[in-house]
Amino acid sequence: MEIFEVISVGIIASVLFLLLKDKQPSIAFLVIVLTVLYFFIFVIQYVQEILQLITYLGEQANINEIYIKTILQIIGISYITEIGANIVKDAGLESIAVKIEMIGKVFILILAIPIFKSLIETIINIFPIT
Amino acid sequence: MIGDTSVLFQIAGIGIIVAMIHTILKQMGKEEYAQFVSLVGFIIVLLFVLNSISDLFQQIRAVFFLKG
Repeated sequence: MEIFEVISVGIIASVLFLLLKDKQPSIAFLVIVLTVLYFFIFVIQYVQEILQLITYLGEQANINEIYIKTILQIIGISYITEIGANIVKDAGLESIAVKIEMIGKVFILILAIPIFKSLIETIINIFPIT
Repeated sequence: MIGDTSVLFQIAGIGIIVAMIHTILKQMGKEEYAQFVSLVGFIIVLLFVLNSISDLFQQIRAVFFLKG
């Protein structure tokens, strides 16, 4: 069970953080950052398996590749935004974390534009505006 | 399987040693050297973290088709 590894690494990291907190706060913060990065590197292997399943299902269902790719890119942006916002929030900078999340939302909207455009075009083809 | 977690202990060791040197230098009255040692320790630890960050970003780019 991999969850036990995650829990034990988390406990060890918090003990090391408590050890360093008083003397060297910046290095203690880097310990936390490194732990978070380890967790996300660890979990991305499993996310990859899920995404492979999704792309396989899309291929079987003959869905246009661009749509699935866009959706996966959107998920990736939200994932990386979450990581960045969490790390900044751990440092106690709530305001910068909120801005990172906001910019992530803007980029997600930009990625969604082509899909939205094709939807509008389909609707116009069905009900042509005279 | 979580990768190499010994880096965590390495960083904690660097932190403890830097804190010790900092205290000793401060006791000797060499305040500016103490600050310098703190800074160097921080930069060394930051190098470890940077490697890890670039690792994570490469993997996310590969998994989520975020090339370009």
